[in-house]
Amino acid sequence: MPLRLELRPRPARAMLYLSPLLAATASALAGAMLFAVLGHNPLQALRILFLSPLDSTYGLAELALKATPLLLCAIGIAIAVRANVWNIGAEGQLTMGAVAGGGIGLAFGEGGGAWVMPLMLVAGMAGGAAWAAVPALLKTRFNAHEILTTLMLTYVAAQFLGWLVHGPWQDPEGFNFPQTRQFAAAATLKPLIEGTRVTLATPLALVIAVLAALFLRRTLAGYRIRVTGLAPDAAAYAGFDAAGTVWFTLLVSGALAGLAGICEVAGPIGQLLPVISPGYGFAGIIVAFLGRLNPFGIVAASLLMALLYLGGESLEMTLQLPLAVPGVIQGMLLFFLLAADVLILYRLRYVPSRSASSVPAADHV
Amino acid sequence: MSRSRLRRRDEDVPRLSLAGITKSYATMRANDGIDLAVMAGEIHALLGENGAGKSTLVKIVYGVVAPDSGTIAWEGRAVTIADPNAARRLGIGMVFQHFSLFESLTVAENIALGLGDRHAPAALAPRIRAVAERYGLAVDPTRHVHHLSVGERQRVEIVRCLLQEPKLLILDEPTSVLTPQEADGLFAMLRRLADEGCSVLYISHKLEEIAALCHHATVLRAGRVIGECDPTQTSPRKMAEMMVGAAITEPRRVHPARRGATLLAVDGLSLPPDAPFGTALRDIRLELAAGEILGIAGVAGNGQKELLAALSGERRAPSPETIRLAGRPVGTLGAAARRRRGLAFIPEERLGRGAVAEMSLAENGLLTAYGRLARAGLIAWGRVDRFAAGIIARYRVVASGIEAEGRSLSGGNMQKFIVGREIGLAPSVLLAAHPTWGVDIGAAIAIRQALIDLADSGAGVLVVSEDLAELFEIADRIAVLYAGHLSAPLPIGEASTETVGELMGGLGQVLPAMEALGAA
Repeated sequence: MPLRLELRPRPARAMLYLSPLLAATASALAGAMLFAVLGHNPLQALRILFLSPLDSTYGLAELALKATPLLLCAIGIAIAVRANVWNIGAEGQLTMGAVAGGGIGLAFGEGGGAWVMPLMLVAGMAGGAAWAAVPALLKTRFNAHEILTTLMLTYVAAQFLGWLVHGPWQDPEGFNFPQTRQFAAAATLKPLIEGTRVTLATPLALVIAVLAALFLRRTLAGYRIRVTGLAPDAAAYAGFDAAGTVWFTLLVSGALAGLAGICEVAGPIGQLLPVISPGYGFAGIIVAFLGRLNPFGIVAASLLMALLYLGGESLEMTLQLPLAVPGVIQGMLLFFLLAADVLILYRLRYVPSRSASSVPAADHV
Repeated sequence: MSRSRLRRRDEDVPRLSLAGITKSYATMRANDGIDLAVMAGEIHALLGENGAGKSTLVKIVYGVVAPDSGTIAWEGRAVTIADPNAARRLGIGMVFQHFSLFESLTVAENIALGLGDRHAPAALAPRIRAVAERYGLAVDPTRHVHHLSVGERQRVEIVRCLLQEPKLLILDEPTSVLTPQEADGLFAMLRRLADEGCSVLYISHKLEEIAALCHHATVLRAGRVIGECDPTQTSPRKMAEMMVGAAITEPRRVHPARRGATLLAVDGLSLPPDAPFGTALRDIRLELAAGEILGIAGVAGNGQKELLAALSGERRAPSPETIRLAGRPVGTLGAAARRRRGLAFIPEERLGRGAVAEMSLAENGLLTAYGRLARAGLIAWGRVDRFAAGIIARYRVVASGIEAEGRSLSGGNMQKFIVGREIGLAPSVLLAAHPTWGVDIGAAIAIRQALIDLADSGAGVLVVSEDLAELFEIADRIAVLYAGHLSAPLPIGEASTETVGELMGGLGQVLPAMEALGAA
């Protein structure tokens, strides 16, 4: 091939921060083309996708509601990825957090007091962390790669939840619908503002984002994570415990995903259902990278991703477009972001065919 | 030695002549109007510090890199060398610093591949033997490369060049991987080749070698030709000053009269290799005293990496008593715990191990100094910044500041920073792996002086190096690592290049030399 990627000696710093905006713009343009091909007015469709969800207080509240689990999952994923631990199973950890916390809520029924809710939140985090502990054990003990194990455990978690709501935890008065009883009042996160569905989870997630930023920048543990991710040999040389970093990052990201899960079921959903998340755990991966693995960037990215969810629903309702369309736009967003990053870190060079052809083994080029 | 023959007569047409060669990369001018003439039968040294432009220049001659401007004349005719094949057709051969041989193939198969045209390895074997014999290069065409020592591999590369009957042979730092005896063999071969009329372009920064071998030297600095000299008539110090562009004061080592208390003791350390082609450590015993510099010589791949990993704690010993730090057993402790007990370590690789390329110098200072720059798990950034700024000032690290990323520094400056950081920890024992490898002369002198000063202040310093001249300059005692076994240390006054060289080549060792070296 006459084109070659060359590492740039000095990537432009500003561009690294601008690339999420570039990616968002490119996705919007590509989305417009997609709408045109599907036979809709692209401008109108874009307006529905990006602006219509924001034209009311209720819409803004829904945005915050959707952004919350994305934010929690993405913060955890970012901390893990910073250490070069690829937890792509936040969806499963979210599910198990909902199961563990929801189980507490169901167990106490109407009999619980004010302490039920904190207990549920703790149980949710513990559930998510426990689910992430399995890949941590497999990685540190058997060197099994976490990309495989975290992903596969996601499907186990989904099946487990499905079995619970179809079987032992099914609501006996629920006309055989696959769902549990509604949580009691003490086991429910109430809306903070009348007329919206925003709960305590949203400010909690924002506080966690700030704490995560402080953790990465101010603490030695955060520094160890960054060194481990950037240069594992330097971490070993400095005497940082590699297995400890794997455990810590997986447990933290699992706990945050679990927190997202219990906040969803104890908040807007109110009970356990076979499916409790429209893929927040997976979208969280996109959000983490869109936010440059930086907690404040992730706050902005989670709002953008939440907007795509809401806009997708509006498109479905007003233009009868399938939900796959916003999914495609989500995918394009990640694709354009990665492409922009490649071009920021590398430059494309036209190379005359001679150098591109194979060079005999004796020559170092 | 008949090395001062006069070979340059004005009426001769140079075999290779370069005029105004210029090559710029994005941020710097690697070659800036270089003129160079190499005569037939001349061994011509190309001298210069790292980054002076030597490698770029020979890559241009060998057709790997195209110059931006300037002309190349071959035997008086202007030529364009488009690629290495064109260079070989002219009669130019090159032996690179890093070899390109397939481990699983035989010598003859490797050479057949390298020759490009279709050659049956079996048919090549007699030719290989003939060339090898003629130049005194012990090479067996039927052996597999993975059995060969580094020196033997180099001979394979040279034979591959010689089979093409070159008129100009380029060698890039060829002795960096050889024992002194092997280097002598190489020099004899090069002299023979030159006597037959082949020109040699010899890149090195080892001045003694150049004085012993070369007829003429061209000195480069910052991409320009600074001067030419007859190395047989010019003192190594003068040549070094030409390279650096400043007067040079070599560090002085006053060997301590009495040995201090033992700070580091290793008693019968044996470890199996932890990676394929690694070296097993066999019954290592050593003692390092306060105020002492112990040098460990050896050809790369004889267990240096393994020994350093075991001493630093990155790999743990089977029992605590095997390694003692200031009398306390530490064999089973990890690297962090040993650091807390006063051990510091300058590793061989700078970026990726000794420092993080993507992090600032301030953050890189924190890498091993976290014990004193953080409290209760919180980083004191003010102190971190001051610590890094102190290293930069004290060791004259050339960098844009404490926020400069590790990768923006040259190798020598990164090394100065790492040395400064580890010494700044005020260790009681410092392990230094190849502390001046690839570092230019000015920085190397500063680093050696810093090691000497540290020892004088009462610390024990263990230096692993392949540079014998360096070890003789700074070490009080010297031991040789060969095939994972450490010889008994000799006081430097009783050691000579010959005795150490013999130990480096495995003389007096029971194990088969080749097998152990093949693992390199």
